[in-house]
Amino acid sequence: MNLIRPYGDRRDDGLVQLAFTLPVPAGAKAKEAASQLVKKMGFKSVLVASMEPAGERFSVFVCYGRGDFALDFDRVEAPEVKHPKHGFDALNARIAERLGRPIVVVGACIGSDAHTTGIDAIFNMKGYAGDYGLERYPWFRAVNLGAQVEPAVLVAKAKELNADAILVSQIVTQRDIHKENVRALIEILKGEDLWGKAILVFGGPRIDHKQALDLGFDAGFGPGTRPSDVANYVYYRLCEKLGLPEE
Amino acid sequence: MAQLFVDPAKVGRARDLAGRIADQVQARIDRHTTVSIERTALRLFGVAGTGSTGAPVANLVVDRLQQANVLGKGAVYWLGRALKDGGSDPVKAVERLLGQPGALSPLSMAEERALRDQMRREARAAAGELKRRVRERNAFKAGLQVGAFEGAPLRYVIVATGNIFDDIDQARAAAEQGADVVAVIRSTAQSLLDYVPQGATTEGFGGTFATQENFRLMREALDETSRRLGRYVHLTNYSSGLCMPEIAYMGAAERLDMLLNDAMYGILFRDINLWRTLCDQYFSRRICAYADITINTGEDNYITTADADEAAHTVVASQLINEAFAHRAGMKDERIGFGHSFEIDPDREDTLLRELALAMMVRELHPKSPVKYMPPTKHKNGDIFFAHVYDAMADLVAITTGQGIQLLGMMTEALHTPFLQDRHAALKSASYVYRAARHLGSDLTFKPEGIVARRQREVFDRALALLEETARDGMVAAIGRARFGDVARTETGGKGLSGVVQRADDYFNPFLEILEGRED
Ligand code: B12
Repeated sequence: MNLIRPYGDRRDDGLVQLAFTLPVPAGAKAKEAASQLVKKMGFKSVLVASMEPAGERFSVFVCYGRGDFALDFDRVEAPEVKHPKHGFDALNARIAERLGRPIVVVGACIGSDAHTTGIDAIFNMKGYAGDYGLERYPWFRAVNLGAQVEPAVLVAKAKELNADAILVSQIVTQRDIHKENVRALIEILKGEDLWGKAILVFGGPRIDHKQALDLGFDAGFGPGTRPSDVANYVYYRLCEKLGLPEE
Repeated sequence: MAQLFVDPAKVGRARDLAGRIADQVQARIDRHTTVSIERTALRLFGVAGTGSTGAPVANLVVDRLQQANVLGKGAVYWLGRALKDGGSDPVKAVERLLGQPGALSPLSMAEERALRDQMRREARAAAGELKRRVRERNAFKAGLQVGAFEGAPLRYVIVATGNIFDDIDQARAAAEQGADVVAVIRSTAQSLLDYVPQGATTEGFGGTFATQENFRLMREALDETSRRLGRYVHLTNYSSGLCMPEIAYMGAAERLDMLLNDAMYGILFRDINLWRTLCDQYFSRRICAYADITINTGEDNYITTADADEAAHTVVASQLINEAFAHRAGMKDERIGFGHSFEIDPDREDTLLRELALAMMVRELHPKSPVKYMPPTKHKNGDIFFAHVYDAMADLVAITTGQGIQLLGMMTEALHTPFLQDRHAALKSASYVYRAARHLGSDLTFKPEGIVARRQREVFDRALALLEETARDGMVAAIGRARFGDVARTETGGKGLSGVVQRADDYFNPFLEILEGRED
């Protein structure tokens, strides 16, 4: 048992800072409303630290409250992508030795999402944050279709190349449009031989591993992902799928 | 206020080169039209509304003419011929005309002249009405305060809820807190639609559609707010994508003050065909020039895909090219808001000086233009507290270097489209920084051999080299080599090429004649 609470000024004081807008003009009544709302959220000793008029019909609040809740940290579970990680040369050498052929990956940012920088960071030669992209790995055959790619087009390309892994990027997440897009992709994949065979990887700034698993992917990668994380993961997962013994 | 440390002879040379680059391309623009240009001309003639399938009537007519392979003569010409024999439904009339045997053979000289004269008269009347609205707006604005104070950048904020009525509430609130410009963000995929949707949007993704009705609703709300505040609140939207000319026209009709409009943005960032964009930007800018709309160019985007420090020269070179194109479309310097941004990786040293160097250089290279300064975006992450400080640095550079328009950074940039409270925080701190540093720029002098001066010269030399290369090999080749924004495109790639049509020798577009000032 390892109970934790938010840490403000002192251990276990449970202090939390909140900021929000209410669609009412600033004033004594608005301030009281903010305080009552924060209490309704379950906070005690509520302090409305500031109320600012945001135009004539809105007000913006910063509040503090003391939360009574606690959590047993030992019982928290968060799935993580775990596997050994090799350097650039070592990974290439391993693929050469253990698979004897390049790993084929195809990737795209799907739907109407036009952001290419995320998927490019993973694929492009020059890579990201000083870490080489997949196109630079001699033992990867990496095909990046770019952005605004229809799910069906990505699947068709994966089929054509007999891809080992499909890499999907989604940057626009407003109103959960990314979920709609990847669900459409998964539906199409289900009718194909690739289903169950190709490794499905999902990435983007608002994506995490758990969410990717829930959506039917093998793994999810969030902000700050380096191409080498992806290269190692795909290699490791492919070995697993092919039943190669662990290293 | 802002200092420029670049040799004026080099600036002159760079402008010459940019002019040459634009001229090479302009010749081809002048020989072509596009489906969007033709639809715009029809709209000026009152062709509005949608057909039974929901497609805009302007699209139905232009598509039909293109199918019949006669669009090169100009849609207005065929509209005139089709309506000559009576009837008021343009789709039916064009259908009937094309169905008649010999419909496509020329009329007698006299008939031809009469038809063209008639259409010219109508075009003049419609364009006059457009001008009247613009003058009305200008007069309204002249009676109000503009901006926080003389020399302060216009505080520009975004609304992007996807529901125009929520957008209006938020725009009003922003104006009441000091916003001078409201930009209504467009729905995610609109730039790839080859038509302009109709009506008010309540369910958009990432923004609302740019529709004439949305423009009208928002401008009406801002007129009311401006009157109440005694300060003019500008409205802007996007004349980009596959419908640049049509949106410019709708913006003009609904008295928009600014439009995002760039000669290359669509090519590089939306993968729209190169010639399609180049033709469309020309016509759309002609409309902006006519309707006193300030354009905002998109060079700030280059440094979100490429490294901002490394690619600063592409911003400078592209601005000169954008300027040359804008001049060729009849735009005055006062209406060209060159875009650039505060985007250098904050982990590095002396970024403040390097940002000042670029901001001053852009300011001074275009002294009459209302330069548009964009905030940091790419290097922001979910740490909103850091982001807020980062934005304040951009505010400081903006006021110190006298930028004309400043898009205020949002601390939640990396997360979602702005909340009301994000805009509140941004407006409050920008107003503070402007006040605090009001005369900093005029008191400040940089060393002629310091970091700022050296940085400006280095960036300008590289910009000049890029312009030399582009003038030598042509713009198509430069874009093919990913010289701008790190993105490579080809002449035949991208969306919308099939909508580019060669003009016939007797191409007729009375609207263009008016815009080009050659109607008499
Ligand atoms: C640059 C940028 C643009 C550029 C994109 C240029 C380009 N070619 O990509 C331009 C100006 C074109 C643009 C346009 C738009 N944008 Co934008 N943009 C940004 C911005 C500022 C930075 C994004 C970026 O480049 N990050 C750098 C990259 C390297 O990081 P990343 O994408 O997170 O990728 C990393 C990880 O996430 C991961 N990853 C990503 N993909 C994948 C895939 C795989 C397989 C793996 C393993 C990993 C992985 O690895 C990468 C490296 O670590 C963000 C704000 C921000 N700071 O995030 C807004 C932002 C993403 N944009 C946004 C919006 C709304 C738009 C528009 C829809 C606006 C509009 N209405 O027109 C349009 C897009 C239109 C369309 N059809 O999609 C919103 C999205 C809001 C949301 N939650 O949905 C943001 C958050 C801004 C905002 N606050 O409103 N944008």
